[in-house]
Amino acid sequence: MPVQVRGEVLGVRRAGQYHVLTLTAPGIPELARPGHFVGISVGGEGTGMILRRSFSIHKVADRGPYGGTLDIAFAVHGRGTAWMAGLDRHDSVDIVGPLGRPFALPREPVSCVLVAGGYGSAPLFMLAEQLRERGCRVDFVLGASTEDKLFGVLDAKRMASTLTVTTEDGSLGEKGRVTDVLPEIIERLGSSVVYACGPMSMLAAVADTAAAHGAYSQCAVEEAMACGIGVCMTCVLPVIGDDGVTRMLRSCIDGPVFRGDRVRWADVGTVPADTWGAPAGGHR
Amino acid sequence: MTAVIGYGPVGGEPGEPRIDMKTWIGDWVLPSPIMTASGCSASGKELDPFFDLTRIGAVVTKSVMLAPRSGRATPRMAETPSGMLNSIGLQGPGIEAFVEKDLPWLRERGVRAVVSIAGGSVEEYGKLAQVLRYCEEISAVEVNISCPNVADRGQVFACDAKLAAEVVSNVRRIIPSEIPVIAKLSPDVTDIVGIAYAVVKAGATGLSLINTTLGMVVDTETLRPALAGVTGGLSGPAIRPIAVRCVWQVHEAMPDIPIIGIGGIGSGLDALQFILAGASAVQVGTMTFNDPSSPQRVHTELARALAERGFGRFTDAIGYAHRPHDEPLSEFVADAWAEDDRAGEGSDPARPLSSGAAG
Ligand SMILES: Cc1cc2nc3c(=O)[nH]c(=O)nc-3n(C[C@H](O)[C@H](O)[C@H](O)COP(=O)(O)OP(=O)(O)OC[C@H]3O[C@@H](n4cnc5c(N)ncnc54)[C@H](O)[C@@H]3O)c2cc1C
Ligand SMILES: Cc1cc2nc3c(=O)[nH]c(=O)nc-3n(C[C@H](O)[C@H](O)[C@H](O)COP(=O)(O)O)c2cc1C
Ligand code: FES
Repeated sequence: MPVQVRGEVLGVRRAGQYHVLTLTAPGIPELARPGHFVGISVGGEGTGMILRRSFSIHKVADRGPYGGTLDIAFAVHGRGTAWMAGLDRHDSVDIVGPLGRPFALPREPVSCVLVAGGYGSAPLFMLAEQLRERGCRVDFVLGASTEDKLFGVLDAKRMASTLTVTTEDGSLGEKGRVTDVLPEIIERLGSSVVYACGPMSMLAAVADTAAAHGAYSQCAVEEAMACGIGVCMTCVLPVIGDDGVTRMLRSCIDGPVFRGDRVRWADVGTVPADTWGAPAGGHR
Repeated sequence: MTAVIGYGPVGGEPGEPRIDMKTWIGDWVLPSPIMTASGCSASGKELDPFFDLTRIGAVVTKSVMLAPRSGRATPRMAETPSGMLNSIGLQGPGIEAFVEKDLPWLRERGVRAVVSIAGGSVEEYGKLAQVLRYCEEISAVEVNISCPNVADRGQVFACDAKLAAEVVSNVRRIIPSEIPVIAKLSPDVTDIVGIAYAVVKAGATGLSLINTTLGMVVDTETLRPALAGVTGGLSGPAIRPIAVRCVWQVHEAMPDIPIIGIGGIGSGLDALQFILAGASAVQVGTMTFNDPSSPQRVHTELARALAERGFGRFTDAIGYAHRPHDEPLSEFVADAWAEDDRAGEGSDPARPLSSGAAG
């Protein structure tokens, strides 16, 4: 069950192209699991920005005097995130969370590959820790267009058995995309599960690659959200259910983590004609 | 000053005046004038973690159609200055699944439920009403007529007085008379009073004002419309003045018809504007996305704002801004501001209630 709390900013620090915001958020760190996200009010009193911004929970910590704290890692994208980058220590922020459905963890100590594009790695470090605690092998693949868009390279190196980096311009690691290196990694390590977070096009390719190489995949998607709590129906995408029927599911409440083989990646942004309740011919 | 023992968190604290927040829509008595708005609270359950849904007047459920609906393609929303555009396309499970799965939860929790219905033809609204007439413990039916009429080249029911009246009279005929039928109107008309007259004549117990107003955003990166549906409904504080104007005009024309004010309400003072303009209740929509507990908060803030202005009963404030210019403030309001003066706070007793600059 999510809660709505006022948190206090403990710090905002730069991490390459990104900012890491540390907040107290009474009640949220204790409930947070890897893949959960929070909704943050931006703009302050009297702002015209009425919608909350969504961010994956990056880290949680038990910091004695402050109670639990949480970190989010974000890129400045537009006005809301620019406002967040300007927050100061002791500023107060309204937070709703933890939201969404987190990553499912394997019962057995299997081998897992964690794949991220850009800041998509933010939620994967908490996941890596919990997988390791269960005795799972953890390997990381981090990709971005260029070196300074990678996030958490050092953390990944510290936590993973192996780290593979790809950049499209070859500025760090292998030149290319995460899916160029993924098949070989899955095959070599006998990975059973691929966890992924990043842009939709990357998730689509990772889900396909995992399936082609016999691995199960769990993908955290990023859809524009107006409410983040399941009341508005803006954040939907076509997902195949257990009964084989495609429905437009809310990524804030039924996701953001979905089974990679259940999302109709090629149809995201449309309503396929065979979707439950679709008008004849579907919607583009 | 009238002291009334009433419902609500305000008054619970010692020293605070008790305000009677009861209101009426026809014969239906609500303990609070605050409701959620259709499409902004799903079927209620999702808001349960954030506040006690039984403490507000009612939950208005997402407009439901006869058959399941997938809704439109994404992107379905764009943020705009103090507002947002949406183009959801009435995604929903269809009336049968709704009645089977969603209504029971509200009933078990003791949440007052207003069921919003939407159709593509006069007959579809009738069929929806047929299903609902046998459902126990529905507090009211809200008829969302901002839908295109399939039979008439997509002419929106709410934009045509005759069509709107046909829909409402068809629903009214079927829904048991003790259950209010509320017609929800669109602001996208030349003469909202004309439409209001027509649906009231057709049997509407009350009116919900307003639905979203049609808008559009062009994405300057992709150089295309921002929404997959091209146009969308504008909501939020950006439309509040339009909504207050609609409430004012309709209340002036039909002071006895209960109006539910909707549009950008996010605080007690926002709600108070609608009440003073003539609304008997209000709905909190888009601002719930900003603050999921806002319906409860708006109730508390409104009660406090009424007390500060000397109102002992919520209903005394309904339409209060319509009083003639030469009519003095009611004794209780004047007293309240005078008390403030003695306390050295407010200076001009008429200031907070004056109509502001003309022009
Ligand atoms: C579940 C989830 C997790 C996310 N996690 C992170 C994260 O860990 N780090 C990070 O940097 N970003 C993350 N994002 C993206 C982040 O929400 C957007 O970058 C942010 O909302 C942009 O706000 P803005 O005001 O700066 O941009 P603007 O473009 O001005 O925002 C305008 C509107 O569009 C929405 N919007 C714009 N871009 C996005 C987007 N990419 N995704 C969703 N909504 C968007 C905004 O919420 C806002 O309502 C996540 C998004 C989701 C849905
Ligand atoms: C995402 C969204 C979905 C909506 N869906 C419905 C709906 O299904 N039926 C309806 O009558 N109104 C719907 N509305 C309109 C609201 O109920 C309300 O009339 C309007 O948004 C103005 O109020 P607000 O500014 O408080 O949101 C919707 C509004 C939004 C933002
Ligand atoms: S963002 Fe509102 S339902 Fe998902």
